[in-house]
Amino acid sequence: MRKAFSGLWKTSGYFRFGIVSISFAVLMFVLSFFSPYKPMESFVVPANLPPSLAHLFGTTSRGQDLFWQMTVALRNSLLFGAVTAALSRVIAIWVGMYAGYRGGLIDKAMMAVNDSFIILPVLPILLLVQFLVREKMNWFYMASMLALLGWPYDARLIRAQVLSLKERIFSETAVFCGMPTGRIIIKEHLPYVMPIIFATTINNFLWSIGLEVTLSILGLTNINNASIGVVIFWANQHQALISGTWWWLAAPVGITVFVFAGLYLLAVALNEYIDPRTRLSMKAVAA
Amino acid sequence: MSIRGVLGKSFFKYLAQRVGQCVLVVFIGITLTFLLPRLAPTNPIEMKIDQMMTGPMRVYPEAVASFRQAMYDLYGLKGGLGEQYIATWARFFRGDLGPSLTTYPRPVSHLIWRAMPWTIGLLLTTAILSWLAGNLLGGLAGYHSDKRWTKWVELTANCIRPIPYYIFAFVLLIVFCFLVPIFPSSDAYDRGVKEGLNLRFMVSVLYHTFLPALSLVITGVGGWLLGMRALVSNIVSEDYVQYAEFAGVRKGTILGKYVMRNALLPQLTGLGMGLGTIFSGALITEYVFGIPGIGLISYRAIVSFDYSLIMGISMFSIVGVSVSVLIVDLLYPFFAPRVRLQ
Repeated sequence: MRKAFSGLWKTSGYFRFGIVSISFAVLMFVLSFFSPYKPMESFVVPANLPPSLAHLFGTTSRGQDLFWQMTVALRNSLLFGAVTAALSRVIAIWVGMYAGYRGGLIDKAMMAVNDSFIILPVLPILLLVQFLVREKMNWFYMASMLALLGWPYDARLIRAQVLSLKERIFSETAVFCGMPTGRIIIKEHLPYVMPIIFATTINNFLWSIGLEVTLSILGLTNINNASIGVVIFWANQHQALISGTWWWLAAPVGITVFVFAGLYLLAVALNEYIDPRTRLSMKAVAA
Repeated sequence: MSIRGVLGKSFFKYLAQRVGQCVLVVFIGITLTFLLPRLAPTNPIEMKIDQMMTGPMRVYPEAVASFRQAMYDLYGLKGGLGEQYIATWARFFRGDLGPSLTTYPRPVSHLIWRAMPWTIGLLLTTAILSWLAGNLLGGLAGYHSDKRWTKWVELTANCIRPIPYYIFAFVLLIVFCFLVPIFPSSDAYDRGVKEGLNLRFMVSVLYHTFLPALSLVITGVGGWLLGMRALVSNIVSEDYVQYAEFAGVRKGTILGKYVMRNALLPQLTGLGMGLGTIFSGALITEYVFGIPGIGLISYRAIVSFDYSLIMGISMFSIVGVSVSVLIVDLLYPFFAPRVRLQ
């Protein structure tokens, strides 16, 4: 594990950037517990101050310190993404594995439903639901709803991998040797499926945070609960750009870019690492 | 390829399969819009009516009456769940989305039709532009994968790819409307210009939609670029490409005719699938730049509690997406001979 880490650190710029960005996110996450202000409480600091040493990201027109507000906002958004990704993994892994191993008519039927979910426009459906239950919307209900809509593409990727694994010679060998099916799946196949699960988890995580931001910008989430999108919502409400408080938008936008790019590059680096050809070239660099 | 070659027996099987898929999408979509709000622990009808009456928008009493009627039809307490479900479908098949609540009695479908050209124009153009740019750059980067600049191109694409589209809209807005104010930040054309097929109008539209279009193109390029690069770097090592190189075929010809052409099919499929998302649009982009498309009317519907408009937009998007995917699917055998053989 440590060897893998130092190897990746030495050879992959993506990995280094990813680690730096995740460290930043973790730091913000931890700091959020020490915030001197309640995140959404207004007029606790002077309003409309540009970024300075006293207020790293400046202050809002509502008299909030953007830095401390962003620590909590980032924490909430990350938690939301993590819960959505975890919930949708349950569906994606189950559908992908089950359809892949069962095959036949069940597989066909499941994939028809799966493809329908891929085609289905998520945003208009979410808009409708959020619109109707806006006041009663809590983040867990919203996370479950996103999970319910966000699994199909990943399930397809997992199924494809299972299908190809089933055809490999080592699977046949294992069957002929009398290995029980459960053991084949867990011991022999899971190591090949895990990288895909991992990569799709990160993508799903980013996707769900992205959608949460979209809905928040429109004011369709609980706008008194800090998240990246809610900060942007309030900046728009106060016409931050017209009144010249550009930092109010720049802070959430900059942090989103930094953290999203970091997480994605980390996933790319790890995927490359999983590919044995990359590891060989890493050995060549180290030698 | 001749039409008759395509329209064999297997094509009709394929056709039936695709149409079936399309119907299934619509079925699942409408069912979800019916079920999901019911899973929430609230009865939205009277709550919404209260909000409308106390809200900032002027609401017509006739509108409220027909709204209550529509709501009780769709969500109503008339009959059991099954009966309500059937009522929803009945309304769907009649194409009866009801009148808009805030612009009563103008029907919802009228508002959607008027917004459609803006959204389709903006998204279709940017989807095609970013597809072209991404594939061209990706092809070059994949073919010259040993050069230094390709590393930078790849890094940039990888950084852009995960960023949500609206982030670029905000960045461009901050930079080109406020820090260096050279582009307009709202409306799709100048207020004084008359809508129609005249030069001034078109120039004005281009000027106003340049930034939103640019933000969408930037968002789209990364994915296509990386996809094309991966495809091309696989094809480059194929025997026939090596052979062409040994035979001294011009580099440009190899890249264009031997390599990229073979990589185009999966990318074309991707474009077809991507076109489906046009209806859900780039909501935030339209909202931020004030382009009067589906996204902006969705936003207006949300802030003015126009339930029937929201419902109309989501039903319309579900049908629009599934039909456009169906069309792409049906065109596919004409481009991809292998599909025909199945």
